[in-house]
Amino acid sequence: MPPELVVLCLVVVTALAFDFTNGFHDTGNAMATSIATGALKPKVAVGLSAILNLVGAFLSVEVALTVTNAVVNIQDSTGAPRAELVADGGQALLLIVLAGLVGAILWNLLTWLLGLPSSSSHALFGGLIGAAMAGLGPAGVKWVGDGTKLDGVVGKVILPALISPAIAIVVSAVGTWLIYAITRNVAAKYRDTGFRWGQIGSASLVSLAHGTNDAQKTMGVITLALIATGSWTQLHQVPFWVKLCCASAIALGTYIGGWRIIRTLGKGLVEISSPQGMAAESSSAAVILASSHLGFALSTTHVATGSIMGSGIGKRGAKVNWRVAGRMLVAWAITLPAAAAVGALTWWIGHSIGGLIGPIVIFIILVVMSGAMYLRSRTKPIDHNNVNDEWVEGVTNRTLPEPATAGGRKAHR
Amino acid sequence: MNNLWLALEGAWQVLVAGLLLGAGLPAVFALGVRALSHGVGADVDATDHRPHPAAKAAAYLCFAIVILAILLGIATIVSSGLGMKLVFNGLLPSMVSK
Repeated sequence: MPPELVVLCLVVVTALAFDFTNGFHDTGNAMATSIATGALKPKVAVGLSAILNLVGAFLSVEVALTVTNAVVNIQDSTGAPRAELVADGGQALLLIVLAGLVGAILWNLLTWLLGLPSSSSHALFGGLIGAAMAGLGPAGVKWVGDGTKLDGVVGKVILPALISPAIAIVVSAVGTWLIYAITRNVAAKYRDTGFRWGQIGSASLVSLAHGTNDAQKTMGVITLALIATGSWTQLHQVPFWVKLCCASAIALGTYIGGWRIIRTLGKGLVEISSPQGMAAESSSAAVILASSHLGFALSTTHVATGSIMGSGIGKRGAKVNWRVAGRMLVAWAITLPAAAAVGALTWWIGHSIGGLIGPIVIFIILVVMSGAMYLRSRTKPIDHNNVNDEWVEGVTNRTLPEPATAGGRKAHR
Repeated sequence: MNNLWLALEGAWQVLVAGLLLGAGLPAVFALGVRALSHGVGADVDATDHRPHPAAKAAAYLCFAIVILAILLGIATIVSSGLGMKLVFNGLLPSMVSK
């Protein structure tokens, strides 16, 4: 097997691994509220979300092969890799992509271990930015674009990250307030079943939108690597096996469920009820769909988290756990630079060793560190059994729920 | 600075669309739930309550509006995935290539 094929295989496997972490990192965005309110049993919720992500991934027929163009200069505007990066059989480009993916995965796993819902797209962009800076210097990064449209790191990543959670908070708070104002005097039986279905419907829409948005980023990255090595030549199409693998990886990741993050979003941030859950997911779905329709790039995670916070602001008497919210804000702010630092370091290690051994060494580093974080997570496991257990930080003034609804544990045995 | 201006312009549009669809539709849905409960309040035992036929019709109208909007939302996802755009000719939505 020629060396560039070995490296290409490593890139494909790592990209699929990233897609998998993308799936389980973001399950909570759609399903945390439905799980927390008991509208869906935990396993049913992640199963539904996984299927919708799978369907959504296949719906993205026209994949943006220019996905990296938003932040780094490794492709030209048609999607073809830059000539000087493929001169050596694509090795230079593959190393940048591989290092970027390693940075993204390691940061995703660390935030998952800490139960923090950080943005997977920020992690991916951060990793690529770091690797491109290390490999090509500051000119390898597209900071602001040419000013005619929102572009570059500032326009596609930083500004949307600052603005989109604020929009989500406003929309969700207004929605929650309206729902409570309208249904204040409604009999419990109509209220419970009605909002249960409303919640499931709106959460499903968020899952579908997630599949279409996020799976295609990985498809774009893998196809870029294939083009760089000359294994694929079309600039407007993705090989079917790439689509199938990416769709399966994100769906499988979703089904595994990032229970730590689901728990933070569903129990840690706001004590959530069905009407609030519906308001939050409707807000997420509307903001995500409206912005992708208008070409305004944003992170599903930021929107979903903002919406859940907003549902706590809009309901009288509900409280947002600002300590958890603060920790999340810190995680959001450092996701991009942290993933970039790991990406840059990884590129440097791979480049210093060089040849075929370099990429293999950084792949082994990835496997070892991922394994260590997985083992660490097993010391205090969170899964579908205890995802809804009482949150210990007693700052939300909540009263203990009835034993029958105190968690999935009793319902699930 | 141009990026900031463009971002605020985009944000403004997303906020309006978000409020209409993300807060407006749940409110319509809530009106439907309220219609079903016509005649009984939150403090009354509603186990034997049956919704009034007119109230039921109003409720289903509300739910139908919401479901229609969700279908349009799915159509938006599908059409952008196919590289098309959803446009409205009068009231009928149709897909055209971008």
